[in-house]
Amino acid sequence: MIFSLAIWILALPLMMFLFLGLAGHKLKPATAGILGTAGLGVVALLSYTVAAVYFFGPSREGGLQPEVLFSFDWLHFTDQLQVKLGFLLDPISAMMLVVVSTVSFAVHLYSNGYMHGERGFQRFYAFLSLFTFSMMGLVVATNIFQMYIFWELVGVSSYLLIGFYYEKPSAILASKKAFIVTRFADLGFLIGILVLSYYAQTFDFITLTSLEGPVIGHPVGATFLGVSVLTWALVLIFMGGAGKSAMFPLHIWLPDAMEGPTPVSALIHAATMVVAGVYLVARLFPVYVLAAPDALMVVAYTGGFTALFAAVIACTQNDIKRVLAFSTMSQLGYMMLALGVSGYGGHDGLGFMASMFHLFTHAMFKALLFLGAGAIIHAVHSNFMTDMGGLRKHLPITHITFLLACLAIAGIPPLSGFFSKDEILVAAFHSNKLLFFVAYAVSGITAFYMFRLYYNIFWGVRREYPHPPHEAPLSMSLPLMILAAATIFAGFIPFAQLVTSDGQPFEIHTEWVVAVPAVLIGLTGILVATLMYKSEKTLPDRVAAFFGPLYRWASRKFYFDELYMFITKRILFNKVSSPVAWFDRHIVDGFMNLLAYLAQRSSFLIRGLQSGHIQGYVFVFVLGAVLLSAYMLLFVTL
Amino acid sequence: MQIEDFLLMRHEILLTLGILIILMADLFRPHGRESSFSGLAIGLMAVITLAGLLPVPQGSLFGGMYVSTPLFTLVKNVLTMGTLIVFLQAHSWMTGPLTLRRRSEFYILLMSTLLGMYFMISSGNFLMLYIGLELASIPVAAAAAYDKFRMDSAESGMKYILSSAVSSAILLYGISLIYGATGSLYFERVAAFYTGTPVQMLAFVLFFSGLAFKISLVPFHLWTADVYQGAPTGVTSYLSVVSKGASTFVLLVLLYTVFSKIALLWQPMLFVVAVVTMVVGNLFALRQQHMRRFIAFSSISQAGYILVGLAAGNQLGMSSVVYYILVYVCSNLGVFGVISAIEHATGKLRMDDYNGLYHTNPRLALLMTLSLFSLAGIPPVAGFFGKFFLFAAAAQQGMYVLVILATLNTIISLYYYLLVVKAMFINSNNTPVPFFRTCCVTRTGLVLCALGLVVLGFAAVVYQQMFDMSFGL
Repeated sequence: MIFSLAIWILALPLMMFLFLGLAGHKLKPATAGILGTAGLGVVALLSYTVAAVYFFGPSREGGLQPEVLFSFDWLHFTDQLQVKLGFLLDPISAMMLVVVSTVSFAVHLYSNGYMHGERGFQRFYAFLSLFTFSMMGLVVATNIFQMYIFWELVGVSSYLLIGFYYEKPSAILASKKAFIVTRFADLGFLIGILVLSYYAQTFDFITLTSLEGPVIGHPVGATFLGVSVLTWALVLIFMGGAGKSAMFPLHIWLPDAMEGPTPVSALIHAATMVVAGVYLVARLFPVYVLAAPDALMVVAYTGGFTALFAAVIACTQNDIKRVLAFSTMSQLGYMMLALGVSGYGGHDGLGFMASMFHLFTHAMFKALLFLGAGAIIHAVHSNFMTDMGGLRKHLPITHITFLLACLAIAGIPPLSGFFSKDEILVAAFHSNKLLFFVAYAVSGITAFYMFRLYYNIFWGVRREYPHPPHEAPLSMSLPLMILAAATIFAGFIPFAQLVTSDGQPFEIHTEWVVAVPAVLIGLTGILVATLMYKSEKTLPDRVAAFFGPLYRWASRKFYFDELYMFITKRILFNKVSSPVAWFDRHIVDGFMNLLAYLAQRSSFLIRGLQSGHIQGYVFVFVLGAVLLSAYMLLFVTL
Repeated sequence: MQIEDFLLMRHEILLTLGILIILMADLFRPHGRESSFSGLAIGLMAVITLAGLLPVPQGSLFGGMYVSTPLFTLVKNVLTMGTLIVFLQAHSWMTGPLTLRRRSEFYILLMSTLLGMYFMISSGNFLMLYIGLELASIPVAAAAAYDKFRMDSAESGMKYILSSAVSSAILLYGISLIYGATGSLYFERVAAFYTGTPVQMLAFVLFFSGLAFKISLVPFHLWTADVYQGAPTGVTSYLSVVSKGASTFVLLVLLYTVFSKIALLWQPMLFVVAVVTMVVGNLFALRQQHMRRFIAFSSISQAGYILVGLAAGNQLGMSSVVYYILVYVCSNLGVFGVISAIEHATGKLRMDDYNGLYHTNPRLALLMTLSLFSLAGIPPVAGFFGKFFLFAAAAQQGMYVLVILATLNTIISLYYYLLVVKAMFINSNNTPVPFFRTCCVTRTGLVLCALGLVVLGFAAVVYQQMFDMSFGL
């Protein structure tokens, strides 16, 4: 059966990583690229087949149930406590298989052109394979511990890829920042895992989320500081998710991560790794919604705030990749918001479905935007929109696909973004009016800054370029077209039939009360951007001057980097780290030094025992036997 | 008795045939033609290894004298593989210029001891055990003195046979007391009658002392350093790995089956012996400069760690010991492989000579580092998991003091293992070991160790299988 081939979805990227990593330098760069792309092609085909069989195969009867394709004990401590590695197939993991393999394949293909001639081309492909392996392992994890292992692995591969240009100091700094911030968040995740599994006595997702299971069926009564431990655990787990998904206030690493090569940004920092946090909440969704609604509120408000906060910053950035990075943060906040306002089961689970739907469509159009940005950067050799303008003549394919993606993210029908965003708005409308209006505001701002970006790149000033920009090669434009097709058609996928909170399909219908104003708001945002940026005017500067301090504040990202620097350097390093370091240097090391000194000393004292005389040896031997007998007879037996 | 019953004994039968083949090949060797027999011996051991992997029935033969279970077969396979690796690594030594004739003797002697170990493991009776033990000991003495024109090799053989004789005497005394106290030598009957009367305890301690000699537990360890230093490297690695592994396993099985009723009595004894062994082994290892002596003391302290798991007495304890033996085989053979390759190429054996090895022979230095890391128990190499399971087994039984002492000893051991690593990577040297290439057979042996170290660390299946075969008290 096809499911027995599923292991290759994991094994193939891993093998590719080992092969390219160990033997890559002996290959020609082109060979390595083709090999990596072909391997990912196979993985993508396998993923599609597995997902198709799962969604449309015989298992459909009576709702989609989770299936464990295989699982083996990795560490077996006791019968209760064991760590398994396995392959879990359920609606969201099947959907994620499609997302990860599609985007990863597009990026593999695209990098053939984009990274052409770079040093370390083979290394790049090896890391891409490592990332794909880790992400797939994360997606199909059968238990929270396996997820944690792969969670760290995607963190490592992200670190490696952000710092790919390791001769550039800014890249090194950015990679370190990303690693440390997410590691910090993962500390919360780990503690959350420990607390949750301590009370649930299992790591297994299916047991954790089952309605009669130890968590939902019999919630623990223990509390800590007046809040139930389960809520604590889930908030801590969400902290891990917030770190990976760049939720406020753990968002500061994502803009800097744009130092990595652009295909990496498209794969990791737009479509796959950053949605891991959303995926984590979705994976434990029944627990959140049924056993700890307070924790889910935290998710909702964090998401809503991040969506708004990031969207405002995005309006003021000039580096096109950073605009996209803040836009990603904002959209991830949207997904979190949707999860947060969702209920469980049937039509109540609309928010869950909408969140997953938006995850899917967003992955497609955001990857498309990033790859398009890559093509633009490739053509003009700059990241700043001040160096661009009037590019629509030079880059026709990039222009059309980029425009499609911008329309999609602005929520214009019939592109995919409209459908998924609409479901989110409907879900928010029915459960939380405050968040609903936040979502409305965000969608307007989103349309505005996306078209600000679009006009600044493709319209605006017609400038003379030192090298006339040219359209990207086929290896780069083909992925753009693939993703553009996905952007157009993904909205018509009947998500409510496939990916739902309880596996049961339900019917959805467009609510015009919500949809029409949403489209109008999007159009307004576009209109404002058109007026301001379509041709060169002084209007933008005057607007900026009008907002004055607010504009400056936003363009400096509300000074969060500075604030964190102050907290870590001034407070943590001086007030906390120094005493700890002193303790470590004098007490801990001191104890070890004492141990070493004693060992050296006594080793010097007893050296006479090893005399080399066999008579002495035999004497000690017999003496030893006699002493042992005496010890046993006198002290133990009696 | 049917012909199929002999399938139970296929390890022993095949090995006996192998010994005979080498013996015949040497006897009928054309006059004046030198031959190393290395290829033949390696081929034979490879066949036995592969045959050992086939599924095997379990049962007992000769009225319970001989017993075979899947766990026994597994351990025999581990030992066979260890021997094969020893032979692979000794290839360049045996095919090189040597003052000796009769090179076949090396193989015949070592294979005979292996046969003895097979019987030791599969014995169901104390007499059978004793015969196996002697068969596993006497040829080793001859092998240790193999390089007989070298003073210290002859001395090493002599010391080994004398110490071995004393230990056998004490062991036999113990067995005779066991017979006197229970009226039988069959394991099952002895187990039924063992209740812990003073005579039985005395018998047990004497018997234990005899086996402790083979495992070099303190205070029965004094022969170890001298014998290891003097014997040829191939023999030393065989002694420290295969011989020790077999005896440890036999002790494990006896403690968990025959002496299971008096577990509460032997546990405190193992506690004392384990602590003394770890401490003394480590303290002596700290100051060693001669590599073989260094490994001798390191292997003494390793035996101490194994006792920590043994003392636990639960299922985890048993499986962790078996797993550790396997890991230990790979790690120690890795170290010995490098030592013997360097000794063969340059004759250098002191730790100072290893200064700057990384710059001239990076691969050897890396393998050495990997093996030493595994011995020290640094993740992710297999040794970490080995130690982790050993200590976990003891902790599960609430022996926290023992675990803490063992951990402290691990810290000390880290120091001297890292001394070698530091020498290879950091220390500078005006006359480093020059670059050399080992022959491909020897290299196969080295690669097998490296693979074992890495794969065993990650492949949980291996451990899981051992766990399923194991049992607690």
